[in-house]
Amino acid sequence: MKSRAAATPFALWMSIFTVVPMAIVVWFAFTDETGAFTMANIAQIWQYAGTYVDSIWMGALATVICLLLAYPVALSISRKSENMQRTMVMIVMLPMWMNFLLRTYAWMTLLENNGLINQFLRWIGVIGEGASLELINTDGAVVLGMVYNFLPFMILPLYSVMAKLDNRVIEAAQDLGSNNWQVFRRVILPLSAPGIVSGVTMVFVPAVSTFVISKLLGGSKNMMIGDVIETMFVGDGCNYNVGAALSLVLMVLMLLCMSLMRNVDNGEDELGGMMT
Amino acid sequence: MNEKKIIELKDIAVSFDGEPVLKNLNLSISDGEFVTLLGPSGCGKTTTLRIIAGFITPDSGDVFFEGKRVNDLPAYKRTVNTIFQRYALFPHLNVYENVAFGMRVQKKSNAEIEETVTKMLELVNLKGFEKRSVSKLSGGQQQRVAIARALANNPRVLLLDEPLAALDLKLRKDMQTELKNIQKSLGISFIYVTHDQEEALSMSDTVVVMDNGVIQQIGSPQDIYNEPENAFVADFIGESNILDGVMLEDYLVEFFGRKFKCLDAGFEPNEPVDVVIRPEDIDIVEPAKGHLTGLVTNVTFKGVHYDTIVDFKGFKWLIQTTDYYPEGSNIGIVLNPEDIHIMKKSAYSGMFGDYSSYSEEFDELGDAVAAAEAEEEAEE
Repeated sequence: MKSRAAATPFALWMSIFTVVPMAIVVWFAFTDETGAFTMANIAQIWQYAGTYVDSIWMGALATVICLLLAYPVALSISRKSENMQRTMVMIVMLPMWMNFLLRTYAWMTLLENNGLINQFLRWIGVIGEGASLELINTDGAVVLGMVYNFLPFMILPLYSVMAKLDNRVIEAAQDLGSNNWQVFRRVILPLSAPGIVSGVTMVFVPAVSTFVISKLLGGSKNMMIGDVIETMFVGDGCNYNVGAALSLVLMVLMLLCMSLMRNVDNGEDELGGMMT
Repeated sequence: MNEKKIIELKDIAVSFDGEPVLKNLNLSISDGEFVTLLGPSGCGKTTTLRIIAGFITPDSGDVFFEGKRVNDLPAYKRTVNTIFQRYALFPHLNVYENVAFGMRVQKKSNAEIEETVTKMLELVNLKGFEKRSVSKLSGGQQQRVAIARALANNPRVLLLDEPLAALDLKLRKDMQTELKNIQKSLGISFIYVTHDQEEALSMSDTVVVMDNGVIQQIGSPQDIYNEPENAFVADFIGESNILDGVMLEDYLVEFFGRKFKCLDAGFEPNEPVDVVIRPEDIDIVEPAKGHLTGLVTNVTFKGVHYDTIVDFKGFKWLIQTTDYYPEGSNIGIVLNPEDIHIMKKSAYSGMFGDYSSYSEEFDELGDAVAAAEAEEEAEE
């Protein structure tokens, strides 16, 4: 009974900050303006199916790019001396301390039709005078923005797992005849799997539901599901009930994606062990 | 064991951050030999092992494997395998896959892997543990997995880096016997690193005593114990009373103002020497009949014998005897020629072999420091 009493503050905290808000979302999703039960909100969601797919696709793409960029960085940081590690982690975190909006606006000025990149390309003569590459308001710009903003969230969990990797285990693998690639595939990769899972979670979830990046870099035609949800809560055409339904479905979809990934990850582990 | 040299180290020197760790080390190891590198922490024994394994490239000198120079051969291409301090098992693999690791890398067939893993797990008494997670095993069991994993690769030479240091005394004794049996039955060379002199003496064909990056003595356990080359070896291996003496002529030494017959020769006339007398070799007699007489100042019961500290003219000796002589009693001792061992003077002369500061607490304190140092070395 003692342990149950000790858990009370946590249970209270959980119910105030997690369970109650969730319940409110569910309540709104299944009611109309009068508060009566309805499935109409959920039924409406079908018209946004394309946006969901696009958002998940772009979020996944950004996550994969983040992983590919972050993995070698995290690995090389983790193999440095302790002082060097601290410095390098600091450098990775530094951009995170600058305002998120500011960083995204900075990309706007770089990518604009009259932005720095296009000006530079005109100056060196790659594109003609007056012409410009269409950089901003594209899916590419949105993915770039996501990768840029969320990269540290991939590097840090990967690094923290890799830093704990025992060098003697790597030596043991070499001792048993593994070359560098085999050491990586048979020891480092499986042992860093927990870092991959948490890194992917920390990038994928905010990337799929982002609305600022897509709004600033993607323009009006590249709406992501986050933008749609925003319109339901802000401005003239707002509808809390549909917005709540959209959020609820997004959450379910992301949970599905994450559990799918975890299964793939576990399966790969076993495969890695069994493969000859 | 035969005379074929399998590993040779020639003039090896290594320094870390300008600190010399090994100085001009020469060592050769025969096929099928059980060699122990013995010394206090920081003596360079683990470094020597890591050079053979291929984890450290010496600053100068050459490593030969069956006559071929292998200085630049990376660890994964060498036909030696290592049992690491604290085992370094793969935490993401079960017992079976840990043992199979080396063969998976070599792309052996599943059937062959299964046969070898089964054989190895039987060899180390871990049959039925195949599916266990290595983190759920006891220290002794993890140790066995590490042995099976290294032997499954069929190495020509097995390197063991203080493999039993983390086990309790009883388990350590059992594993010593088991390791020795495994080595005999497989007929491969073992290079064994330890700071435990008893372990070294009971397991090895050859003991290499190291201190300060220099080999102090190479020899059979009997040689090392009975004929130590200097005060360091005499003190590190077992207990020793080490006295200043003068070698008057062959087979005649003088110390404490008395002449004693001995079995050593080949010194200059009147050469100053170190005289070693092992505490268990000393016979206690009545004072009148003794070569020397002294006063018992301290007695400690050790089970099999008494550690008796005796004051001879201000110099305290340790005598191990099964008879009890109470504190304050006067005794005489008799030294036979075979009890006296003569060593040339060395840099270690005068540093060891005096029991004036002897006490139980002091001894334990010393051990605790050594244990802490061993910990530190392991952390590196």
